[in-house]
Amino acid sequence: MTELSAHLPQFQHGQLTENFPDNHLSNTNDNSERRRHDNSERRRNDNAESETNGQPQNNMQQVVEQDEEEDEELTLKYGAKHVIMLFVPVTLCMVVVVATIKSVSFYTRKDGQLIYTPFTEETETVGQRALNSILNAAIMISVIIVMTILLVVLYKYRCYKVIHGWLIISSLLLLFFFSFIYLGEVFKTYNVAMDYITVALMIWNFGVVGMICIHWKGPLRLQQAYLIMISALMALVFIKYLPEWTAWLILAVISVYDLVAVLCPKGPLRMLVETAQERNETLFPALIYSSTMIWLVNMAEEDPEAQRKTSKNSTYDKQAPANQTQNEGAEADDGGFSQEWQQQRDNRIGPIESTPESRAAVQALPSNSQTSEDPEERGVKLGLGDFIFYSVLVGKASATASGDWNTTLACFVAILIGLCLTLLLLAIFKKALPALPISITFGLVFYFATDNLVQPFMDQLAFHQFYI
Amino acid sequence: AFFWLVSLLLASLIWFVSVRLSDREDAKLQYGLLIFGAAVSVLLQEAFRFAYFKLLKKADEGLATISEDGRSPISLRQMAYVSGLSFGIISGVFSVINVLADSIGPGIVGIHGDSPYYFITSAFLTMALVLLHTFWGVIFFDACERRRYWCLGLVVASHLLTSGLTFLNPWYEASLVPIFIITLCTGLWAFFTAGGSFRNILKCLSC
Repeated sequence: MTELSAHLPQFQHGQLTENFPDNHLSNTNDNSERRRHDNSERRRNDNAESETNGQPQNNMQQVVEQDEEEDEELTLKYGAKHVIMLFVPVTLCMVVVVATIKSVSFYTRKDGQLIYTPFTEETETVGQRALNSILNAAIMISVIIVMTILLVVLYKYRCYKVIHGWLIISSLLLLFFFSFIYLGEVFKTYNVAMDYITVALMIWNFGVVGMICIHWKGPLRLQQAYLIMISALMALVFIKYLPEWTAWLILAVISVYDLVAVLCPKGPLRMLVETAQERNETLFPALIYSSTMIWLVNMAEEDPEAQRKTSKNSTYDKQAPANQTQNEGAEADDGGFSQEWQQQRDNRIGPIESTPESRAAVQALPSNSQTSEDPEERGVKLGLGDFIFYSVLVGKASATASGDWNTTLACFVAILIGLCLTLLLLAIFKKALPALPISITFGLVFYFATDNLVQPFMDQLAFHQFYI
Repeated sequence: AFFWLVSLLLASLIWFVSVRLSDREDAKLQYGLLIFGAAVSVLLQEAFRFAYFKLLKKADEGLATISEDGRSPISLRQMAYVSGLSFGIISGVFSVINVLADSIGPGIVGIHGDSPYYFITSAFLTMALVLLHTFWGVIFFDACERRRYWCLGLVVASHLLTSGLTFLNPWYEASLVPIFIITLCTGLWAFFTAGGSFRNILKCLSC
């Protein structure tokens, strides 16, 4: 369900001038390309092919080989920064989730299950428990598939208002209701006395600013913080309400589904991306975490980017009911990898949220250099579903593992390495990629291995105070 | 860190299998198996360090071919340092974090007759181990780079020695002091391997 893609809708039809995504995407994969003795022709061919496939790979077309080489170097240098840019929010989200799980006991208490997972896991026999969890996972996954297809259908038939409304309602729910519960539980844990009026004021402010930031304009950092917070909230809800085996099964099946949905030609997510490409539109004003603006703000070279973006924006004339966000989202789509992700419950596919913010921020900058040679990274985009499922994995590990912190840490490292690999693959393949499978696989393997194998070993070693 | 974790995983697997296959009741055997497991783990760690070296070497070549002036932006020494540091961090964290977590909770150290200095010695040992891993990383990579295989062997041997010294553990004089001496020596060795010298130190101090 998660995709890494480099969108360049407006460049879809053969403009050879912009090399941006190539710069960003190359990373260390240019190493491997070099090692494979690829030349630019091959890459151009790839780009051409991918373009005919309707994939967002127009970015790949490069004008001159020399430009490529220069770009590659820069990409290499900044490619690592992409990875770091994603590491930080993923880590933050996981830290928040783990901290909450460790301190607030509410999220580890069994208070019932969601209606999506009707079968209980407190059964008498192991076989029955296994069966129940398989059924639960199957129901959950089918809900996700149905919602995804519904979303794709709505998008295809241009029912933008419905989708927009859907997204707003779900973010309302998250921002107000779930954070209210979270705040209440935190207060209970730390035995803080609080009155309703203060709480109402706090939640109201939090929620309204969140809605504005996420769906409209706001400072990039604030928007990123909000996205991290709602991912953490969502992950906590999953951790609380999904029973053990069901949760692990769902994680496994979701990564398989993600792989299928993004890479298969008839996969819903791929169709969604292609439709968006054809219409030269961005996807929905929903949940994609983007770090685009950081670079725009930091690097002077980004300004020409901004200039170009601004001019492109002005040439766009959207009559779609999609609001300004979507328009600007189209711009920000240039060259960014967007790992679009389809969140299961809410089934949103988000365009680049930061675009409006990036435009605003960029417009606020004085325009310095006019060089257009090194269009720097548009930043990297990762769907919020990825955040959520990573955090679910780590949170579940910290909640239920016997090896406690060792397991949590092992899962954390595994997920980050998986993310690295995925970004590497993104740079190699330069098209929409699912971000879940590799990380979740590593995470699951490490969880079960650490919990069952490493933990007794380390325990014994620590008992005797042996060090290895 | 990932590589260290994988090595730990494999070592635990081996240990686990060996425990399963053996007699649970025999404490001496279990003890012996634990030592065996630890030794295997040390060897695997070094093997994975070597594998990581190979991987970094490949990446370095790639970076060098792409970069403008033919040199890679990160020197091998820096990579050695980082790799050693990350091995050390993950190893230290894995060794000590559960101890730390327990140390918050209510309890008395050593009430059942174990040493009351458990926490503080754990802290010192972990620190020594992290530093050692960093130094070993630097020496190891340099040795591999210059093909001085006796250096490699020495690193592995010192790792085994350190791990073995921790087996003497409640007898802290015998384990802590030698380990610290080893740490100091390895540190000096790594410093000189990385190109330091007395002159550098003097220059650094005199600014």
